[in-house]
Amino acid sequence: MQPITHFQSRTVVLPTKDIDTDQIIPARFLTTTTREGLGQALFHDLRFAADGSMIDDFVLNTPEADGCEILVAGKNLGCGSSREHAPWALLDYGFRAVISTEIADIFRNNSLKNGLIPIVVDAATHEFLLRNPGIKLDIDVRTATLTLPDGGIVQFPIDGFARYCLVEGIDQLGYLRQQMDEILKFEETRSWTP
Amino acid sequence: MPSGTTLFEKVWSDHVVVPETAETPAVLYIDLHLIHEVTTPQAFNLLRAQGLKARRPDLTLATMDHSTPTTPVSSFRDLAVVGAGAADQIRRMEENCKEFGIDLLGFDSEFRGIVHVIGPELGATQPGKTIVCGDSHTSTHGAFGALAFGIGTTEVGHVLATQCLLQRKPKTLAIDVSGNLPPGVVSKDLILAIIGEIGVDGGTGHVIEYRGSGIAALDMEARMTVCNMSIEAGARAGMIAPDDKTIAYLDGRPRSPKGADWDAAVSRWQHLKSDPEAQFDRTMAIDADELQPMITFGTNPGMVVGINDPVPDNSADPSFRKALDYMQISTGKPLTDTKVDIVFVGSCTNSRLSDLQQAADVLRGRKIANGVRMLVVPGSQQIKKDAEKLGLDRIFAAAGAEWRESGCSMCLGMNGDTVGNGQLSVSTSNRNFEGRQGIGARTVLASPMTAAASALSGRVADPRPYLR
Ligand code: SF4
Repeated sequence: MQPITHFQSRTVVLPTKDIDTDQIIPARFLTTTTREGLGQALFHDLRFAADGSMIDDFVLNTPEADGCEILVAGKNLGCGSSREHAPWALLDYGFRAVISTEIADIFRNNSLKNGLIPIVVDAATHEFLLRNPGIKLDIDVRTATLTLPDGGIVQFPIDGFARYCLVEGIDQLGYLRQQMDEILKFEETRSWTP
Repeated sequence: MPSGTTLFEKVWSDHVVVPETAETPAVLYIDLHLIHEVTTPQAFNLLRAQGLKARRPDLTLATMDHSTPTTPVSSFRDLAVVGAGAADQIRRMEENCKEFGIDLLGFDSEFRGIVHVIGPELGATQPGKTIVCGDSHTSTHGAFGALAFGIGTTEVGHVLATQCLLQRKPKTLAIDVSGNLPPGVVSKDLILAIIGEIGVDGGTGHVIEYRGSGIAALDMEARMTVCNMSIEAGARAGMIAPDDKTIAYLDGRPRSPKGADWDAAVSRWQHLKSDPEAQFDRTMAIDADELQPMITFGTNPGMVVGINDPVPDNSADPSFRKALDYMQISTGKPLTDTKVDIVFVGSCTNSRLSDLQQAADVLRGRKIANGVRMLVVPGSQQIKKDAEKLGLDRIFAAAGAEWRESGCSMCLGMNGDTVGNGQLSVSTSNRNFEGRQGIGARTVLASPMTAAASALSGRVADPRPYLR
């Protein structure tokens, strides 16, 4: 995995609450056996009408969304299905971070494992971001901070281990495999076997 | 075991390989890894790329359920019905399981079915186990007192390669259910009422333990329905302490322990409950006596009302307005009388024998309304067989419903079983998300009885007048 330390981008805002992973990528696109190219399916049924035509006023289809790498969304982003295709699709489309007041557990976990930074902010910051789409934010994973255009700094919570892995570009499976002696010992000494 | 611990903490601490610290998450051992065709191909690719083996194929159980057709199928030639992508995924699953030495309950297996149905049915799901699957409804297995939760595909790779996961310890939420469900009200209504109360994010970061007389009174299948939808409240997992019903259910199942192992397991399981003085991070209480059949009106399972209650008006909230616009449902009056196009009885929430019996009891000797299409999809091939033994298939057919092979089917519409654009579907599944059952599909979630009554009436209907 490539280390992720620091980046800047403008935001695109999708204020809807409870955006589930079925909306992020509908199930009919999950028949793939790879993780490439899923950006095309991102928010598919919000971006395209049933006849395949583009829905011009959906925010991702507007010219202002071009090049935006930060998605600001309503609370409880990523609820529902555990499909990791959701962060894969967001990353493939070009997003590098998602911001909300609340991010669903499995989606947050999946995002961290793939280098999509899930950022939970307080209600006041969230409100400011919702009201000011397109502003440029500076995200520093090393310090777990987000810097607003006026220089205001917002600290965001991120699991220390996940942050370490992101910043150093460490694959969590590698770390887990280093624990193999402990795993073997556990298997040998546990009081019952499944 | 120290006193004052919760059921969750007992199972958790029994599986900690390396304890968590401020810097590092716990290494948690996994006793049972369930896998299906949709969320595993990329994990197998990762193993292959790194030259890794599946470490414990003996603790891994594979089936195919999501993109499989529910029309009878015997060979890959017939798979055209589900499209090239799904056919490729199914084929890939067979190849991957073969290459990595994993038991696959594939097309030819009489034990094939929805992953969360067959785990318990085979006796692979047991109290005190840690169970994971690349699927959020893994919470279902918590009904047996297992710690069971959904994971992503990267984590599927972690478990395949090491049989462990890196995990932070979640918080705990106790939900005390007092009283008894009245006639016509079932565990689906109970869990919908709970989600309506705490919200679709009310359980985020928590493991829920359901307990109290209202839970003790439920049979195992009804308990599975409750735990299944824990994720719909955002919870990591849902758990119910094992009791005599749990033990009786597991006795004699193909993968249940046998002989002396069974006796040892049973005595271990009997200790799996929260101590009376155990502290939970949060608690909530609900009275089962007060409940009525529930129905959803919006685009998440928390947007739910009693069947005869008016849809509330929360239109100051733009997300609420957007949901009701999508659903073409107005506020201020009940959902009954809303015209129904499709009725789906199935999914890992409500496709077990008792669910099918409840629907069949409502339908027996009656005909579904003109213009309604009703699909009944058993959760496993075993359930299909058992239902046919009881003649349920004939009741469904006589009523005008379609009787299918097992699978996820119209729960998520990956296999070609979909709800049409703009159609209203009364579904016993777990998610009424926009487009979940098909592009533009309008889904209302309900119990099998409510679904069957709605099929008869052609309108969303209270099942109670149809009870015998
Ligand atoms: S039945 Fe529906 S919710 Fe259950 S595993 Fe299948 S797709 Fe998921």
